[in-house]
Amino acid sequence: MSNVLDVTGLTVRLPGSSDRKNAVENITFSVGAGELVCVVGESGSGKSVTAQAVMGLLPKELKPSEGETKLLGEDTLAATPNRLRDLRGTKMAMIFQEPMTALNPVARVGEQIEEVLEIHTDLSKSQRRARAIEIMDHVHLPDPERMVDSFPHQLSGGQRQRIMIAMALVLDPALLIADEPTTALDVTTQAQILKLVKEMQERRGTGVLFITHDFGVVAEIADRIVVMQHGSIVEQGPRDQILQNPTQPYTQMLMASVPSMKPPQRTPVDGDPAITVRGLNKVYGRTGLLSRDRIVHAAKDIDLDVARGETLGIVGESGSGKSTVARCIARLIDPTSGTINLQGTEIATMRESRLRAIRSRVQIVFQDPYRSLNPRRTIGLSLIEAPMNFGVSREDALREARDLMALVGLQSDALERYPHQFSGGQRQRICIARALAVKPDILIADEAVSALDVSVQAQVLELLDDIRDKYRLAMLFITHDLRVAAQICDRLIVMQNGIVVEQGPTSDVFANPTQEYTQLLLSAAPGTDVEFGSGKAV
Amino acid sequence: MLSYLIKRILATIPVMLFVAVFIFLLLRLTPGDPAAMLAGDFANDAQIAEIRAKLGLDEPLWKQFGLWISDMLRFELGESFYYKKEVSELILSRIEPTLSLSLLTIIFTVLIAVPLGTIAAYKQGSWMDRGIMGFSVLGFSLPVFVIGYGLIYVFSVQLGWLPVQGYARIADGVGEWLYRLILPAIALSVIFVAFIARMTRTSVLEVLGEDYIRTARAKGQTESRVLMRHALRNAAVPIVTVIGLAIAILIGGVVVTESVFTIPGLGLLTVEAVLNRDFPTIQAVILFFSVVYVLINLAVDVSYTLLDPRIRY
Repeated sequence: MSNVLDVTGLTVRLPGSSDRKNAVENITFSVGAGELVCVVGESGSGKSVTAQAVMGLLPKELKPSEGETKLLGEDTLAATPNRLRDLRGTKMAMIFQEPMTALNPVARVGEQIEEVLEIHTDLSKSQRRARAIEIMDHVHLPDPERMVDSFPHQLSGGQRQRIMIAMALVLDPALLIADEPTTALDVTTQAQILKLVKEMQERRGTGVLFITHDFGVVAEIADRIVVMQHGSIVEQGPRDQILQNPTQPYTQMLMASVPSMKPPQRTPVDGDPAITVRGLNKVYGRTGLLSRDRIVHAAKDIDLDVARGETLGIVGESGSGKSTVARCIARLIDPTSGTINLQGTEIATMRESRLRAIRSRVQIVFQDPYRSLNPRRTIGLSLIEAPMNFGVSREDALREARDLMALVGLQSDALERYPHQFSGGQRQRICIARALAVKPDILIADEAVSALDVSVQAQVLELLDDIRDKYRLAMLFITHDLRVAAQICDRLIVMQNGIVVEQGPTSDVFANPTQEYTQLLLSAAPGTDVEFGSGKAV
Repeated sequence: MLSYLIKRILATIPVMLFVAVFIFLLLRLTPGDPAAMLAGDFANDAQIAEIRAKLGLDEPLWKQFGLWISDMLRFELGESFYYKKEVSELILSRIEPTLSLSLLTIIFTVLIAVPLGTIAAYKQGSWMDRGIMGFSVLGFSLPVFVIGYGLIYVFSVQLGWLPVQGYARIADGVGEWLYRLILPAIALSVIFVAFIARMTRTSVLEVLGEDYIRTARAKGQTESRVLMRHALRNAAVPIVTVIGLAIAILIGGVVVTESVFTIPGLGLLTVEAVLNRDFPTIQAVILFFSVVYVLINLAVDVSYTLLDPRIRY
């Protein structure tokens, strides 16, 4: 089999001030025609840099210093800018992580597909349009005749990614590079897009270089796997060989860190209820004289209880209302109706002035640990701010802060430093410490581990479990990731379109989902047939 | 879209009403008898009484306002004391020069500033970028009259290429009209070029970092098309906002420029009216400018919905 892509000894230098010399170092791998190669690694492993080097799309600061990237025998590193432009879109094409931002928001989607044809072919305007509609039909977009004139924001995330794929494949390139194309999508949409990529690869014989951090996705679609760490290739080989017999400790550790889809047996927690929610509703929008009726029922008749020492998970896809519920409970937004009982205190309708005193009892840890910390304040200042608001003296608050740092596994000198000096996982530990600083009864984790690499994710999950036990916290764990939910939650609530569709002990929900939607969610999770995190590795 | 337009137009009514009340009170609240003031220094009591009756100054204030506003709405702006002519006629005859100057200035500004800003953004950090931004600082720091007299000195007095001052009606030939307007339009546009080039640079720089720019490059699109088709179109909303602001500020600049180049437009009319305490004219000109401001704002807001399909009201 002749190769579509041969990368040999590729080295890309980082600018002088960086913490390592090269973004990628001496990497060699190839992609055959009709073959799907997954490059898997954690953030900073150099997998995206590799893809950008092949496409000639590296940021100005990064310079390839050695090696070749041969596309059908032609080295793209040595190609002139003009030649590179000719190759892009015709011989090699790329799709990206965020289908919303990767499409031009002010141009119609058809126009954006036609643009590829306009650059590389002599087709007339009407021929280009016909071709765009045809390829949209191929990627199974509904009603392409009409959709061709839509703007990106009028489509769903999955449809946008299909447009990207249509755009990439319209001229039948030999190589398709997909850089985390399903990471920003819901799990059911992800399953559809993966299926589409696989179908296109098989039908058109395209070689696919698929970049991902998600071993579930790898298990689902890869023919061969390349594992990268710190800019080097750790291990590569056929899918089954790597998944069943990883030889390198790093690969073994990565795979062991992927949370298992099998929930461990947990003894039911029956403590006093820390929080009781009844008939909670949140409605957005209003009707007016001149405005159209745009009412969204973000949460509808939600009932839930969390006991002390218990973790209740809320799982669902984007727009299911899971975060709305969390924000209502924390009173970051005002519920439209319903009751929220916090150990005897009714807070759903409490006025802001009285609410302040109670705020310390419910704390949230958010998804993005970097943006949740003020970049211009030291960790110490961020940590003592809330306790001091509640009347704790500076000395006491600082002493507490030092203890908290130890609790979350950081040195106490971290208090003197700034957020940018920490890694993502460390920052999330800091955010957890900050939430704990006011001694809450209820901790809400809103996608708190979703932005973290799997190896770090496992550690943070462990930390959350520990502190819940230690402080007998009631924990509300919001996530879209079923694997994570399986490992940390005692009970689960499954939400869809603002409604609770199913609830019960985690192991029951996973073993015997009664609702169709839950079954769909569980079956859509990638790589369910491979058992990760079994402890076999490590 | 239609409901948005209606809503937006309805929203201008309170603004215009506020302006009208302000202008109305301006005259009524000036110390002394407005009638005496309107009549001028050499009027006798009978004349003052006549004016008072004519203006309805004996009536309660709200009634006076009602009368005045209904006059204004019918474009009956009163008679100028100084020119002894209907103010409406006066304004109509002075619109053309001002409109010509403003329009030409805006065209120059946009044609120069947007490409400069885009190049500066694309070549960020290069000598071109630094040069353009250096010019922009200079443009900011020089007042219109300095630039105006400077240009007159070089191009009219020394080189003799262009006229020192004056205006030719467009009806008398476009060539002559343009010939006489070039210098004033350039003088007036310098500061706006500086302003809009800077804004364009910032806006385009931000857009150039977006994912869809990378997508366009991944398609094999040429750099110039990436800039024109993808970057500039997305950067347009903030740029159009400042162009709208610039037009509004421009009207202020017109007063000075028309004085420097002796162009018989609304700016010069305003100056003359103020110097001669010609109150009906001052009132009418202020009201006219306010309406223009409001209309420009409306046009800018509506243009957003055309430039960005995501903006819907």
